[in-house]
Amino acid sequence: MVEVGIKMAFSLAQIAVVMGIVLLTVMFLTLAERKVIGWMQDRMGPMEVGPYGILQPIADGLKLFFKEDIIPAGANKFIFSLAPILALVPALIGFAVIPFGPNMTVELFGVQVKPFVISDINIGILYILAFTSIGAYGIILGGWSSNSKYSLLGGLRAAAQVISYELNVGLAIVGVLLLAGSLSLVKITDAQTGWFWNWFIFAPPFPQIFAFVVYIISSVAETNRLPFDLPEAESELVAGFFTEYSGMRFAFFFLAEYANMILVSCIATSLFLGGWNAPAPFLQFHGSLAHLAWLSGTIWFAAKVYFFLFLFFWLRATLPRLRYDQLMRFGWKVMLPIALGNILITSIAAYLFPRG
Amino acid sequence: MSGSELLLDYLARYFPVLLFIGVALAFGVVTLAISYLVQPKYPETEKLSPYECGSEPFSDARMPFPVRYYIFAMLFVIFDIEVIFLYPWAVVFDNIGLIGLVEMLVFIGLFVVAYVYAWRKGALEWD
Repeated sequence: MVEVGIKMAFSLAQIAVVMGIVLLTVMFLTLAERKVIGWMQDRMGPMEVGPYGILQPIADGLKLFFKEDIIPAGANKFIFSLAPILALVPALIGFAVIPFGPNMTVELFGVQVKPFVISDINIGILYILAFTSIGAYGIILGGWSSNSKYSLLGGLRAAAQVISYELNVGLAIVGVLLLAGSLSLVKITDAQTGWFWNWFIFAPPFPQIFAFVVYIISSVAETNRLPFDLPEAESELVAGFFTEYSGMRFAFFFLAEYANMILVSCIATSLFLGGWNAPAPFLQFHGSLAHLAWLSGTIWFAAKVYFFLFLFFWLRATLPRLRYDQLMRFGWKVMLPIALGNILITSIAAYLFPRG
Repeated sequence: MSGSELLLDYLARYFPVLLFIGVALAFGVVTLAISYLVQPKYPETEKLSPYECGSEPFSDARMPFPVRYYIFAMLFVIFDIEVIFLYPWAVVFDNIGLIGLVEMLVFIGLFVVAYVYAWRKGALEWD
């Protein structure tokens, strides 16, 4: 009984740490985005709150927290209040199966626990796909329940866009599953140890570089980020599906979008870039420092995730927004055939040249 | 492992996930509740009217929308179910040999036929 209690307490502590880190990252991502885009446009970005504007996200958060939550007349009150939670929760709980560091066990008061993954369930990636799809409901219901034309159009666009690109994400992942032979993100990452050419983006028998490109583009579209931010295109739809939202509910949609960005970056890192594995074995702590390997592992993981997050900002600063018909054509007629072809070639290559 | 041990192992693996869902839900509800308590509330007719670029809102917002959204939703359901069939196949790929590969090539062939049909019928056009 004590054993169960310790395990539960440890899980709770892990969840608290992961959620804390994610929310803190989200806070400072909002600042990082404004700063990075500012620098790319030869501006300074926020400079007023704290030195170099470093306290800006705290000011923003406090402001939103104390703002009036307006429920527009004619809105469906219950669904209007439910939608932000429905958007945020799936974005957070995806982190339950992400391995943030080496797959090691530590003994804590006589109980074996894994410190760097909250739960290594054997359907890991399927679990994430299932729950991130629920996030789309939050967007659609939020758009529909607002009783505003802009919100409704934004919600509809989001629905069609998210499901179209969800398909490509699903197809792109199959190639990695073929090579790894597992749905568990822990096992998939473990299959990429050693040098960087073992990462699935470069791995023999068929490098998953095409799947990687499809996955990255599709996940930018799934998180409604530029150049695919049609659901919230401010020049035509005011703010899209959250036009009528204010205060903390608006902040929740914002949190959900950024948490989703971190989540897809974590998935891309684990699936294609070797997760916490260093590009070369000697870049991990080894030899007399081998007991610190977890530290270099988590640092490598974070570095790769931050690279993807930077990519999101870079894309936003570089590319103009697509038109809706271009977006749909690109998803269905370009991305889907590439992903499908990748599965065909990967499966034949994996049959002819089995790994290991 | 016996049946009950297997069940316990299962529960031990999935319990943290359930716990995470609970914590995330609680975070959302509690944050909204506290924010509700500390925020000012001055409702007013003009403030509560849906935004429509400053003009008086006309007609109901829940209007009919293009059926094209629905067609894409149907296409998604069909193709996504086919993709889900690929997942278990990909996981056990190493153990099922040539038969498995050929069977799945046939299946993907059917997928491609449906895809080409939808393309030729113009179901993938958006205009």
